[in-house]
Amino acid sequence: MSAASGRIGASSWRERSVLPGFGLSFGILVTALSLIVLIPLAALVLKAASAGPEAIWALASSPRVQAALRLSFGAALLAASINLVFGLLIAWVLVRYDFPGRRFVDAAVDLPFALPTAVAGIALAAIYAPNGWIGSLLAPFGIRIGYTAAGVLVALIFIGLPFVVRTVQPVLAEMEAELEEAAALLGASRWRIIWSVILPPVLPAAMTGFVLAFARAVGEYGSVIFIAGNVPMVSEIAPLLIVIRLEQFDYAGAAVVGVLMLLLSFLLILFFNLLQAGLRRRLGHV
Amino acid sequence: MREGALARRLLIGLALTFLTLFLALPLAIVFVEALTRGWQAYRAALADPDSIAAIRLTLIVAAIAAPINIVAGIAGAWAIAKYEFRGKSLLTSLIDLPFSVSPVIAGLVYVLLFGAQGYFGPFLKSQGLQIIFALPGIVLATLFVTFPFIARELIPHMQSLGNADEEAALTLGASPWRTFLMVTLPNIKWSLLYGVLLCNARAMGEFGAVAVVSGKIRGLTTTMPLQIEILYNEYMGVAAFAVASLLALLALVTLAAKTFLEWRYADEIAAMRRH
Amino acid sequence: MHQFAIKPLLGRLFATAAFLFCFLVAAGGVRAQTMLLNVSYDPTRELYREINAAFIAEWNAANAKKITGIRQSHGGSGSQARAVIDGLNADVVTLALAGDIDAIASRTTKLARDWQTRLPNNASPYTSTIVFLVRKGNPKGVKDWPDLVKPGIQVITPNPKTSGGARWNYLAAWAYAERAFNKDEAKVRAYIANLLRNVPVLDTAARGATTTFTQRGIGDVFIAWENEAFLALAEFGADKFEIVVPSLSILAEPPVAAVDGNVDAKGTRAEAEAYLRFLYTPKAQAIIAKNFYRPRQPEHADPKDIAKFPNLTLVTIDEAFGGWAKAQPAHFGDGGTFDQLYKPGG
Repeated sequence: MSAASGRIGASSWRERSVLPGFGLSFGILVTALSLIVLIPLAALVLKAASAGPEAIWALASSPRVQAALRLSFGAALLAASINLVFGLLIAWVLVRYDFPGRRFVDAAVDLPFALPTAVAGIALAAIYAPNGWIGSLLAPFGIRIGYTAAGVLVALIFIGLPFVVRTVQPVLAEMEAELEEAAALLGASRWRIIWSVILPPVLPAAMTGFVLAFARAVGEYGSVIFIAGNVPMVSEIAPLLIVIRLEQFDYAGAAVVGVLMLLLSFLLILFFNLLQAGLRRRLGHV
Repeated sequence: MREGALARRLLIGLALTFLTLFLALPLAIVFVEALTRGWQAYRAALADPDSIAAIRLTLIVAAIAAPINIVAGIAGAWAIAKYEFRGKSLLTSLIDLPFSVSPVIAGLVYVLLFGAQGYFGPFLKSQGLQIIFALPGIVLATLFVTFPFIARELIPHMQSLGNADEEAALTLGASPWRTFLMVTLPNIKWSLLYGVLLCNARAMGEFGAVAVVSGKIRGLTTTMPLQIEILYNEYMGVAAFAVASLLALLALVTLAAKTFLEWRYADEIAAMRRH
Repeated sequence: MHQFAIKPLLGRLFATAAFLFCFLVAAGGVRAQTMLLNVSYDPTRELYREINAAFIAEWNAANAKKITGIRQSHGGSGSQARAVIDGLNADVVTLALAGDIDAIASRTTKLARDWQTRLPNNASPYTSTIVFLVRKGNPKGVKDWPDLVKPGIQVITPNPKTSGGARWNYLAAWAYAERAFNKDEAKVRAYIANLLRNVPVLDTAARGATTTFTQRGIGDVFIAWENEAFLALAEFGADKFEIVVPSLSILAEPPVAAVDGNVDAKGTRAEAEAYLRFLYTPKAQAIIAKNFYRPRQPEHADPKDIAKFPNLTLVTIDEAFGGWAKAQPAHFGDGGTFDQLYKPGG
């Protein structure tokens, strides 16, 4: 269709390419992105701005909003970190060891991608509530997971679980065992091998998984509201605050909290992406 | 030189315990709770007209969202992976944006745009069009949250494949469309399928975004996840978990399909990865 | 070589989507004419399920233009009003309090301001009140309002910003305190602040709060709609919970209205108005009592249902607070007493 556009490559902002279709594909992408994502988000920013600087500042500095943002971002970072550790472990176990049911476990890791969050929410609530399967075991010790900030964490771990596993797994699988064996022959300790042979190529991939898990967890709503108990200042997440604002006719307030969330997560993700790009360059990857 | 048998067992045990606590138990409890009062109650719960309407609506939304996402995803991946241009990483970040935007915000933005008090509200009203609290709003919210899925799968794969195949085909005189259909598509079909599966699972299971724009009219604008919440709040635990079990089954089928394809075409995938 | 062809699959998907879309548009058009949408608050789910069946049977027996069904939407009363303001196409609204329907009248042109005078009894075909639900045996010995502010007592009540029931709860507590402390505003405020300090969870709607208390096992006392408390006893068994009737409570009048703008656009005014009038008929009044709401005409209800309702002193919103138009902004608006006194986590 637009084979010609492929040759406009002389324009300074993009490199020449013999492949056609840049104009078409770029056009579809930008159109869809604008209609579905960017224009609606612009409306959000516009609405938030309509609140006026004083109202925005009052909201941003209110203890309840800050507590909710702290919980959403803190719990998401913590959950992503836990998933980073266990994701590496699970990927390692799946790639390097053989055990009965390995294939089955491998397939099951993707469950959180496929299981709707509302289902996960009521299931986790049924398990970790004070009268649930695990909750009732912990209750005698005074440990409560359901309806506390720990409940939020549990839900976020669940939804972010597959990301690190899936990004790390192919890298581990492709890694030649010869390299490790050579290192071992040269007398390197197991820890040293893990540290300087295995980890460097795995790290950028793990980082990608970490960022994805974090990004997904920050905004999560469906699974969290069933298990968090939604106590203001304690287990109330930022997305719920948006819903509450909206339900109180406070459109601008809802938009302000939304924009705050967006700004924070976009900055964090940009930061992680740059970090990861730097990591790749330093470790000699493309 | 490898870990001893003990360390190995410990690591496997640790991984499996983690997976049991966070994956197996939640899945198991859905079915256990759904069947606590036996098959009869389970079947009756699913035969409820509102639940059937919710299932139908969910399927319709997914069927509309998937093709739009496929086109946008392929186009996006092609533009990003095949060319070098300035602002590419910004564009990639923008594609990823919906991942990190709370689903609640995804719903909110459409209320701000198309609600009766929204920016386009008066115009829509004069045209007699209903977007929020109706199918179009639900589809839009779903599109928003599922937007990155396919491009996200395709971009790294297409980047790793490089442009050599396409360039060869073009040099041999194939038309651009033919090149795309005969060379590119077959090359990327696995990641495309993977993306579609994930996108579809998310589309059918989306809760937060749809909850904001749905209006929760029973039998008309409640999707399956919303129906689960409604039933859960009406003390109909068995019914809630029965509908949940359908979505859990869908999740299992999704995983099984993916695993089967990976197993059936293992050689091809291996070849693809070596590329 | 490539067994899995994408192209036909894509084509098929498009065709299916297009077909489904057309089907839906067509089906939607046919459906709209004979369906009513009742946008209601949270605890009325069971009530309207029964009312709707009875009304449809009666209407269809008498009229040529049949009603095929009445759709329901439930949520916190405030959120539901917001949805109608945002364009939810409700034929009738049956909300928890007049203030929320007033909001629809004042923020849109869809509803006449005098809506509450169009039906008898302040347009409220049933009333209810606020009682306490406690765990069996009343382990914390909760007898009346003063017990709710004792240290170590956990009180469950929803968020008054979104839930109508919670606003009645709040005002009932306020009305009690005004009497107990002889209108000493400082003491009333201290009492409410102490009460709110004992609230560990603020659900957005009454049903969520019921679930928190009954199924999640959180809290010692649940300030609840009387009907919601009875329903909890019926659902979970009288061996788990019991109702405590406080010395004083508030007469809650959940009103109903047909949304003029919507019924005129959809051509459903006759049906919508008949539906609301039906709520005042003996048959509906009996259903109302059966579902634990207090009927306006108790003589039509089963005496056994009526006997369940305890006698208690009830204040009205008008005499204690000067009506919703005053109470809403003073207590629940931005910067109102709730905002001043609620210090979560503090």
